[in-house]
Amino acid sequence: MTYKMLDGNGAAVEAMKLARVKVVSAYPITPQSSIAEKLSELVAKGELDAEYIRVESEHTAMSAAAAAQLTGVRAATATSSVGLALMSEVVGLAAGCRVPIVMPVVNRALVAPWSLWCDHSDAMSVRDSGWLQFYCQNVQDVLDLMIMAYKIAEHEKVLLPAMVCLDGFFLSHSMQKVEVYDQKLVDQFIGEYIPKNTYLNTEDPMFICDLTPPEDFTELKYQQKVAMDNAVDVIAEVQDEFYRIFGRKSSIIEEYMTEDADAVLVALGSMSGTAKHVANEMRKRGLRVGVLKIVVYRPFPFKQIREALKAKKVVGVFDRSAGLGAQGGPVWTEVCAALRGLDIDIRGYVGGLGGRDVPETTIEKIFNELLDIYKGKRILHTNWIDVKDNAMEIREVLKVV
Amino acid sequence: MYKINAESKGLVSHGVSACAGCALELIFRNVLDVLGEDTIIVIPPGCSALFSGYGKETAVKIPGAQMTLEATAACCTGIKRGLLAQGNTHTTVLGFAGDGGTVDIGLQSLSGMMERMEKVIYVCYDNEAYMNTGIQGSSSTPLGASTTTTPAGKPTKRKDLVGIAAAHDIPYAATASVAYLTDLRKKVKKAKETDGPSLLHIHAPCPTGWRYDPAKTIEIARAAVETGCWILCEFENGKWVINKPLKELKPVGAYLKAQGRFNNLKEHDIAQLQIQVRDHYARFIEKAKLN
Repeated sequence: MTYKMLDGNGAAVEAMKLARVKVVSAYPITPQSSIAEKLSELVAKGELDAEYIRVESEHTAMSAAAAAQLTGVRAATATSSVGLALMSEVVGLAAGCRVPIVMPVVNRALVAPWSLWCDHSDAMSVRDSGWLQFYCQNVQDVLDLMIMAYKIAEHEKVLLPAMVCLDGFFLSHSMQKVEVYDQKLVDQFIGEYIPKNTYLNTEDPMFICDLTPPEDFTELKYQQKVAMDNAVDVIAEVQDEFYRIFGRKSSIIEEYMTEDADAVLVALGSMSGTAKHVANEMRKRGLRVGVLKIVVYRPFPFKQIREALKAKKVVGVFDRSAGLGAQGGPVWTEVCAALRGLDIDIRGYVGGLGGRDVPETTIEKIFNELLDIYKGKRILHTNWIDVKDNAMEIREVLKVV
Repeated sequence: MYKINAESKGLVSHGVSACAGCALELIFRNVLDVLGEDTIIVIPPGCSALFSGYGKETAVKIPGAQMTLEATAACCTGIKRGLLAQGNTHTTVLGFAGDGGTVDIGLQSLSGMMERMEKVIYVCYDNEAYMNTGIQGSSSTPLGASTTTTPAGKPTKRKDLVGIAAAHDIPYAATASVAYLTDLRKKVKKAKETDGPSLLHIHAPCPTGWRYDPAKTIEIARAAVETGCWILCEFENGKWVINKPLKELKPVGAYLKAQGRFNNLKEHDIAQLQIQVRDHYARFIEKAKLN
């Protein structure tokens, strides 16, 4: 086994290199920049046999990557925050053209106000654009989920692009010991890239993405929906195969001490590691709490979540994006939909925005509230879990009167 | 997403749904005829998307994709690099966009493509407004022209697209006109042979948007050149050449009066436009002399 010290961005680059991407099209944005830099370095040194396109925007980054992949090669790009927002038009285009590109998204808050730091509002803003979405808990996850994402995205029953989401700074810039896999094994696992369905080839011409009348549009969207549905089984198969070859277990959701738990917290991304740690600590004190980690957010694993939580009385859901104007954050909303009709009290928590840490104390506060609710206390839970008491006094220029 | 089955002479099918008298159609057929079937085309939404097709049908025999309005040059870049990554150096990559998709929303990605010196042919057919969406003004709409968003006439001059291309010092940029097809075809051939980015800015009169008799497209296009409203030129390896230099410009009045979009103009407006066109032409001659 080979181990390397890598940060999340380094692990993403390692995966792209192992996938033998042939075209790289990247634009720098904090905290993604080191991906763009490292890929250019690999190409310059000849360690990655690829064309490197130094593009002038994220919109071009995704346009060039998607177009390159249509010629029959794996293409790579990566982004973050407003970069994802800028490319969002092309994000939808790539999905609709069924280009199975794999892209790391280094999660960072959307403006305004400006933030350089982590939350999930960027990836959540494109959650319904036809991309698979995976969320990483640690740096090893970045490498593993990236490698699996190529195989899943390119599967002929799927043919959808995939985002592998890693929390900005918490993962992107956190050095961890990572097992790196043998190139030959990865080659065998994901295989050579063979374009299916749509491609640009002068030997076999087709025209991609023309104006589509109402008579066909619904059906083309339905094909994407079916691909999403198919992806659930394909993901499970690929995760099993990955375990057999590389020895690392992965799952669509991870149930951590949920079986006998009185209160379960649903989390995703790096905070789920903290949540598991807090669960361990609280268990030592005899408090029955557990964590349900969402690894695959698109397709949303509603069956798995319902099965895992159907017998629970109290469930908390932690959203790392604000869900402004909605009844709750997007994860909470969808967990509610997954558990509809069941007698479960589902409480939504919003926190960890714009780089605010989600420390043990925050998670413990949530668990304690959920346990109180479990015991029958009729309380209003702390919906915005980590907001300061003087929230309305801060920077009055932005204050809502 | 559909295979092409229909047979046609050349690379463009017969009977496309362009307006009667559309200059774009003639340009499109000629460009593809010169470039040949070893070509991949990127077309943004717009009038040229009539050739992308509709539903199960497409009008072109070569592979292509209709990408986004602002990313034609970016998509061409991706295709070219994808081909190069597979050792394919022979296939021509062509972007074919209108003036709005080029000088307005597509200017950034075009600039990036030219700055990186990608071997891509970029054709801008210029009908001087957003015709496909219903004749809204673009930054290529000429001074004084009425559109649905400049109803009183456009108060500012147009952008100089070949000048912008020349500022990137690309190896080949040229203007052309549908009235001079031999010249146009020669320039497409030069673009194909250029080792690096090439840009062709082609004047494409539009009877629907300019409000003139559809039978007069070629006459209008020729009048634009003869009056100096459209200058045929080339920027090749850092040197400017004016093709068919005019000893004397014809007065702009007849050209303007033939088009409904200039109906707003009073005689003194036309006189001012005349001065502006002459000055512009004179400056262009000076620029060419500086080579």
